[in-house]
Amino acid sequence: MKLWDCFSTALRALRGNKLRSILTMLGILIGVAAVISVLSLGSAQAAIVEESFATLGSNLIYVMPQELGISGVGAQSTLTLEDAQAIAQNAPSVENVAPMAQTYAQVVAGGESLSNTIIAGVTPESEVVDNYAMAQGSFITDFDYGARSRVAVLGSEVAKTLFGEMDPTGQSLRIGGRQFQVSGVLESRGTGFGLEDMRVYIPLSTFYATLTTSQVGSRGNSVSMISVQAKSSDEVESAEQEITDILRVRHGLREGEDDDFRVLNMASVAAQVTQVLGILQLVLAGIAGISLLVGGIGIMNIMLVSVTERIREIGLRKAIGAKRRDILLQFLIEAATLGLCGGGLGIGLGWIIVKIMSVVATNAGFAFTATLSGDAIALAVGVAISIGLISGLYPAIRAARLDPIESLRHE
Amino acid sequence: MLELENITKVYKAGQTEVPALRGISCRIESGEMVSIVGPSGSGKSTLMNIIGCLDKPTSGRYRLDGTEVSELDDNQLAEIRNKKIGFVFQSFNLLSRTTALANVELPLIYSGASNRRQRALQVLESVGLAQRVTHRPSELAGGEQQRVAIARALVNNPSLILADEPTGNLDTRTSQEIMAIFKKLNEQGMTIVLVTHEPDIAAYTQRTIKLRDGQIEEGVP
Repeated sequence: MKLWDCFSTALRALRGNKLRSILTMLGILIGVAAVISVLSLGSAQAAIVEESFATLGSNLIYVMPQELGISGVGAQSTLTLEDAQAIAQNAPSVENVAPMAQTYAQVVAGGESLSNTIIAGVTPESEVVDNYAMAQGSFITDFDYGARSRVAVLGSEVAKTLFGEMDPTGQSLRIGGRQFQVSGVLESRGTGFGLEDMRVYIPLSTFYATLTTSQVGSRGNSVSMISVQAKSSDEVESAEQEITDILRVRHGLREGEDDDFRVLNMASVAAQVTQVLGILQLVLAGIAGISLLVGGIGIMNIMLVSVTERIREIGLRKAIGAKRRDILLQFLIEAATLGLCGGGLGIGLGWIIVKIMSVVATNAGFAFTATLSGDAIALAVGVAISIGLISGLYPAIRAARLDPIESLRHE
Repeated sequence: MLELENITKVYKAGQTEVPALRGISCRIESGEMVSIVGPSGSGKSTLMNIIGCLDKPTSGRYRLDGTEVSELDDNQLAEIRNKKIGFVFQSFNLLSRTTALANVELPLIYSGASNRRQRALQVLESVGLAQRVTHRPSELAGGEQQRVAIARALVNNPSLILADEPTGNLDTRTSQEIMAIFKKLNEQGMTIVLVTHEPDIAAYTQRTIKLRDGQIEEGVP
């Protein structure tokens, strides 16, 4: 029997029982669609994370107090402005230091008001170290810092909420009841995971001078985070060591005592986040894989039913000259075709899911470009056909081994 | 021409051995039309299965067209069934989801023949079904279904047509029509072996081999 005839025989049998064939394919279809969308969304997400870290810069180090909540807002910090100055002066591998203090306050401008907005007190170095780009106006200057000017730089979301499409530069606003003037607006960080777009930045000196003790902290010079820029990405590690040494001495920590601060470099944070996302993706793909397995069991089940139903047909085929190989191939091709068609439709469904997710994510403000990779498609098709073949093997062997005489007598 | 020489067949049912054929020897010449008759349990079906190369004898020799069939393996037997034997069954055994034409083409698929369609149409015409080739078995009357089955048996130009109770599911008039077709085929030179228990049907044949208890009672000169 020619191979092409095996195919047309198998296809005819599948067409002969359309509803059953489609239902059987459904198992594989859902599995493949799930695997494909998980893989595609996962790689899109990885790209976003990578991009976010790239905007932060690779030679950036964050120094944060130990045991503090997210961003260190509101709680008493172990870090001070003097710590930051000491790092700037005494650490040879350090290029720039930007301390930051944060608190919550109400911000009012015109008729709009924002309660519980994060107010960040920063130094002029912050523009370079934290890699801020200006959309409008200018960042906090040395003069502003020295003079404790009441100027504010707005994150893009804050500016949009308070001033709409209007250029806020030069406008006045009230922060915690005090009058400030807008000196500039930051470029949106967009998809990043930070809160840059939601913050209002004022000079750190002004921050200490104008806000209440409960907001600033009792010492009057606490900072919630110190951003440190190493001289180069090669010097990140030595800078981390220098910072640790300086702070341990300044905080009077004895040998064996734990640090009361944390030093993080962005490269290792990026690696950790990527690793966590990778594991997450693997788990999701595993779950999707289980549905493929269930689909495979569905195929085997239907093929076994199909063999039992067609015992007479198999007997007749053998009587008129079908060899074992012909019967085996017929049923194997049927099973593989179920897998292949299910896989093909699954790719289509996966593609639709990915497209819908992309549109939803784009509307929600993420630059999300999920695409179906050729690898994922090849993998899905390969897996779908293999599942079909493996599930079909046992039923096909059973069919091929049937005795023609008994099969013909079968009712 | 087929030649059976001292054929025996023993079935094993657990410990006990049940002999179904006990030394059958006979010759059927090319162009002969022979019927095999006998009560149930006489070994009719077993003999037919062996002649049809669906089963192997326990001992003895069977030559079909000069080929020693009793020594062939499964694949070779399948090829013999495909090329040399045309089966006609009591219950027609057509594939229900396919057309008459596709049913007749089936043996040609397994022999890998070319211009199958043409050949299938030709035999369907010869059994008088030229107008019904696209019908499915369920759309055909019993007699028509059996004619499709005869066309399928003829399509590979076999040396032997083996018919097992071919009129068992048909009324008298249709039975006569089917037997007329066999008669005509025989007149054109086809060797035909009929297995039946109806004397009317056996009467159409030139020779009747009577079986009883796994042995030939009469019919062999």
